[in-house]
Amino acid sequence: MSESSAPEVVRVEALRVVYGSKIAIDDINISFKRSNITAIIGPSGCGKSTLLRSINRMNDLIPAASVSGRVYFNGVDIYSKDVDPVYIRSRIGMVFQRPNPFPFSIFDNVAFGLRVNGFKLTKDELYNKVKDALVKAALWDEVKDRLDNHAYSLSGGQQQRLCIARALAVDPEVLLLDEPTVSLDPISTARIESLLRSIKDEYTIIIVTHNMLQAARVSDYTAVMMPDDDMVGRIIEFGETRGIFTNPRDKRTEDYISGRIG
Amino acid sequence: MGDQILAQYSRRMRFRKILDKVLPLILSVAVFIAVATVFSVLFTTIMTGWHRLSLNLILNYPSANPNEAGMRSAILGSIYTVGLSALICIPLSIATAIYLVEYSRGGRLASILSYNISNLAGVPSVIFGVVGLGFLAYWLGMGRTIITGAFTLAILILPLVTVTCVEALKTIPDDLRLGAYALGATTFQVVRRVVLPRALPMMLTGGILGISRALGEAAPILIVSGLLFIRDDPTSLFSRFTVIPLQLFNWVSRPQPAFIELSSAGIIVLLIILFALNGLTIALRQVLARRAEWA
Repeated sequence: MSESSAPEVVRVEALRVVYGSKIAIDDINISFKRSNITAIIGPSGCGKSTLLRSINRMNDLIPAASVSGRVYFNGVDIYSKDVDPVYIRSRIGMVFQRPNPFPFSIFDNVAFGLRVNGFKLTKDELYNKVKDALVKAALWDEVKDRLDNHAYSLSGGQQQRLCIARALAVDPEVLLLDEPTVSLDPISTARIESLLRSIKDEYTIIIVTHNMLQAARVSDYTAVMMPDDDMVGRIIEFGETRGIFTNPRDKRTEDYISGRIG
Repeated sequence: MGDQILAQYSRRMRFRKILDKVLPLILSVAVFIAVATVFSVLFTTIMTGWHRLSLNLILNYPSANPNEAGMRSAILGSIYTVGLSALICIPLSIATAIYLVEYSRGGRLASILSYNISNLAGVPSVIFGVVGLGFLAYWLGMGRTIITGAFTLAILILPLVTVTCVEALKTIPDDLRLGAYALGATTFQVVRRVVLPRALPMMLTGGILGISRALGEAAPILIVSGLLFIRDDPTSLFSRFTVIPLQLFNWVSRPQPAFIELSSAGIIVLLIILFALNGLTIALRQVLARRAEWA
């Protein structure tokens, strides 16, 4: 599928998120296409994670946060009254900065999403789904003989791939990754980047990173966020990754990707 | 100029070094005073009561004859009221804590409630006795019975246990909750599958802390029950009752030295029960903690 003709899965319109009385991000307009990886880059505190959490309604869990604007998932406004955030989160998976496997076995970690979402599966079906997810997350070969081992017995990089497997197991359409490699070594990082490229055809992947090289390596599209003078995060530039890195239109983007600010 | 600064510096340095040597000495004196007090009380009690320990003490009813007197009714009364109060209090505390921490996070109601629960922990226990007598025994017509005593003790230890349960929930990292929410788990599923299995061992510790406290309370039970001298076993939740601390109170207040010895022996029994309870929780906690890792 060519990048430009892929269907738009998530569209954000005039999004504003406020924490208490502070506007965190404002006037966010962006859309994300299937079979593409979109990177959101920008300095710390520019609201990248806030934007990401608005897409699967994780901001609902922060009492002081309020969201206005529209986020469409397959054409449905996920903030409309009759949409259940629990359902949205099962369709839009998320991986966090630090690996956060549950204190269960490797198998139970991956099966967790299937179980809480009430999938009616036989033992074999459950096993196959867990296996598929682990294969996609490039972890199967390392853990196939010890699925009953505790998740904490895995290394940090393995734990993060386990978290990706856990998210993929419930068969989401969108995968959100919030700086997934920030706590990992370069080799673990490379494995995660290559697994993301290998699964991207089936998903809409959005990755937040402050590592510009990572954005350049994995993403098809890049959005650059930057806080304005009032520390309100805004998207200052969005387009194909190649264009952003070779021919930035905004002066601040150029300064940021060339390392002059950051 | 430079020498002056150096001299001043080294003088200050010397003072800090001396302080570092002296402070642990002062602190260890404080520790010694605390430990010595506890041990001397324990020692006197055991020396006074040791030779009065016998099966009579556990199996017999109270009597005017110190050689036959026991605290059977008090032990049974304590087991019934404290056991029942734990059954009432621990689930209530866990439920309250889950509501406060998991459901109404940072909400206004939650902070008002938490504040009041902490305050409640500081209310003198006699007040709970008065509430038990006035509200439960008379107004609700439950009478001065085991069930009234149990509810009174339950309310008394509720704040203590709730606060521990809240702390237990707060030790569970948010990462785990968010991870579960992000997979489409409901709050109930997050609590049931991720949070509670890990928090339960610590909650249980809070429960035992509460039980130990309830076991030693005399004042509220004195008001609710009023009885110090009972010569039959409780037959139902609506029986009249007394508890171990009241029996001890009764013995201590008698003039004969034999009864003073009996009360010391009674204290030893109470302590044994307390230690056994603590041992039980530690064991239970370890089993639960091991299971939580694998839940």
